[in-house]
Amino acid sequence: MRTAFFRSVTLTIIMLVMVGVVYPLAGWAVSEVAFHHQADGSLTANGSTLIGQPWNNGTSINPMWFNGRPDADDPLVVNGVAGESGAANLGPRSKVLAQKVSALVAEWRAVGVTPTPDLVTSSGSGLDPDISPLDAEVQIPMISHSRGLSPAVLRHLIKEQTHGAQLGFLGSPYVNVLALNEALAALAK
Amino acid sequence: MDFTLTLIALVVCLGLCWRFLGSYLVAVFEGRVRYLRVIERPIYRLLRTDPDAEQTWQRYAVSLVMFSGVTVLVTYLFLVTQGHLPFNPLHLGNVTPALAFNTAVSFLTNTDWQNYGGETTMSYFSQLMGLEFHQFLSAAVGLGAAIAVIRGLANRGKPTIGNFWVDTVRGTLYVLVPVSFVLGVIFVAQGAIETFAGPVHVHNALTGVSQTIARGPFAFMESIKQFGTNGGGSLNANSAHPFENPTGLTNFLSIVALLAIPVALTYVFGRMVGRLREGVAVLLAMAILFGAWTGIAAFAEHQSNPAVARGGVVTQVQGNPEGKEVRFGESSSALFGVSSTMTSTGSADSAYDSFTPMGGFALMTGMMLGEVSPGGVGSGMYTILLFAIIAVFIGGLMIGRTPEYLGKKIQAREVKLAGIGVLVMPLTVLILTAIAVSIQQGRVGVGNAGPHGFSEILYAFTSQANNNGSAFGGLTGNSPFYNITGGIAMLIGRFGVLIPALALAGSLAAKPVVPAGLGTFRTDNTMFVGLLLGVILIVGGLTFFPALALGPIVEQLSHGRFW
Repeated sequence: MRTAFFRSVTLTIIMLVMVGVVYPLAGWAVSEVAFHHQADGSLTANGSTLIGQPWNNGTSINPMWFNGRPDADDPLVVNGVAGESGAANLGPRSKVLAQKVSALVAEWRAVGVTPTPDLVTSSGSGLDPDISPLDAEVQIPMISHSRGLSPAVLRHLIKEQTHGAQLGFLGSPYVNVLALNEALAALAK
Repeated sequence: MDFTLTLIALVVCLGLCWRFLGSYLVAVFEGRVRYLRVIERPIYRLLRTDPDAEQTWQRYAVSLVMFSGVTVLVTYLFLVTQGHLPFNPLHLGNVTPALAFNTAVSFLTNTDWQNYGGETTMSYFSQLMGLEFHQFLSAAVGLGAAIAVIRGLANRGKPTIGNFWVDTVRGTLYVLVPVSFVLGVIFVAQGAIETFAGPVHVHNALTGVSQTIARGPFAFMESIKQFGTNGGGSLNANSAHPFENPTGLTNFLSIVALLAIPVALTYVFGRMVGRLREGVAVLLAMAILFGAWTGIAAFAEHQSNPAVARGGVVTQVQGNPEGKEVRFGESSSALFGVSSTMTSTGSADSAYDSFTPMGGFALMTGMMLGEVSPGGVGSGMYTILLFAIIAVFIGGLMIGRTPEYLGKKIQAREVKLAGIGVLVMPLTVLILTAIAVSIQQGRVGVGNAGPHGFSEILYAFTSQANNNGSAFGGLTGNSPFYNITGGIAMLIGRFGVLIPALALAGSLAAKPVVPAGLGTFRTDNTMFVGLLLGVILIVGGLTFFPALALGPIVEQLSHGRFW
């Protein structure tokens, strides 16, 4: 028993140093040297390309921009400290979810968009930075109207910004909302 | 089509893991791999242990329990004092004792159930020294225990089952650290985050919106989280968070990583007992369950979400996007879910609570079958061997002679031990669920009404007693009631299976091998695979069907149609 206790304490200390200190520090060093941009959070001038952000300043849909997916439960990351990421966790028969969806559908209809399911449901992280190409296309009439750009130009823009599935088959095709809107801003200039 | 290719790629990758990671594991645990002996030797010297001296099962178990006790205490102390410890850029306060107990036990037992959100609760110190530390060690201990059980079954002519200290050190040093490191580098290259700089404030000039983004040293914790079948994420959204799992490629690699060791262990088993076919038979049973469950979940998640349909969305696109990330899509999210629940990992790249009832059913029952398809690192292997003992026992009853497994006679003691190991989990789940739904402290936690709320509670105890750690996230688990009952469930689920398995190994190790005769029941053919599957499904089905009927099944039926 005493030997087992002595060995347990010794091994705990050794492993704390090895996997608790050396391993993460070595990983951090490699990341900082080789992949500094990614390791820091893929930051660009207007935010991180990996972290979704609201395009509506916390109120209703902003017809000037392609809007991303709604946030799960609250304005988690707007104008304040970082809150918790995470999903709404509402079940498929939830009345709350049905009400939320109805409200979002009405909001989209008010700006002339027939929403897709992605646009009225929240994601797993609440920070989904992407939408599907179809989610972007249904917003074309809205943007075309508010900015006076032709639908063909916008369709071309979406096509340019669409990432296929990785290696041709991993995951789903997507459009990064921040990149798309930056391209839109460049177009409008 | 894309999903078919994903599945093919997965089978190919796992096939390679099975063959090559498998033979590497054999070499590591037989002591033939020694390229890190400059680090390894001094460790044994400090431990004052002779690496060639083996232990009886009792000594192995005492060492394992003692080491677990010391490490869990250290982690508990780190958590409750984190406010005074360094690497805490957000100045987060001490973790409350009940939550610290639950969390320390959770990471100790390879469960990684989390009653907290990482970014708002844990300092970098707690994440790395408290939690990531256990992600390595719990996997190494599980891996070592599986090898010890296999040693008991293999005919080695000695009553010992290995050396706990050596197994743990070798598993960490030669297997977990190198692979996690390489995987971590790939994750960072893809966009996972690894920084000590603290949260960052960004401003979008286009819209005038500002946001604060939580950051931390998370990519290298992510890799061991998956490879060690742990599942405890550094951020609340777990693998759905783009900083943990940024792309389709990392999502796929996560799935491969969490299946790799459990699958490879069937090769190790076959090799160490001297007949590869024995390992293939076990792998086949695992693969059949895994394939069927993936099918159910993927199909279910391509059904449209009734709440979305009721909201008036008319669309050509079928599927349930609620709680899923666009870059992964429904099929890959379902595959991830099944992989994560059937390996006792419990990481999540989508909100399992928002899966369709049958999708949630697949996840929940994946755990209820005892985490054997293929199960967690080590735990899957030793648990399915318990089921195999039950299967040969039943086979023996049918033909009326004393059963044997791998030439070792299976007698009353072995069957009793296997019985305990197999039944302790369902008992824990059902009793604790019954308590939780009967008292106010249990019922207040649910986040969804009706049968879905019941599913949340049932899922929580199933997950914890199986050391899985995934959740129907609507349940608010950070209350004294759930923290303490959950902690108990995790301890029983880990040690209540592990110790009988080691005892079984000890008792089999001491037995001589009986040469196979004409009447020997073979355990390397399809008949045995069928029998093993039957035992797993019947034990799981009989114990859990009534509870499932009250949860996901009634919920699915209330759609008015089954699909």
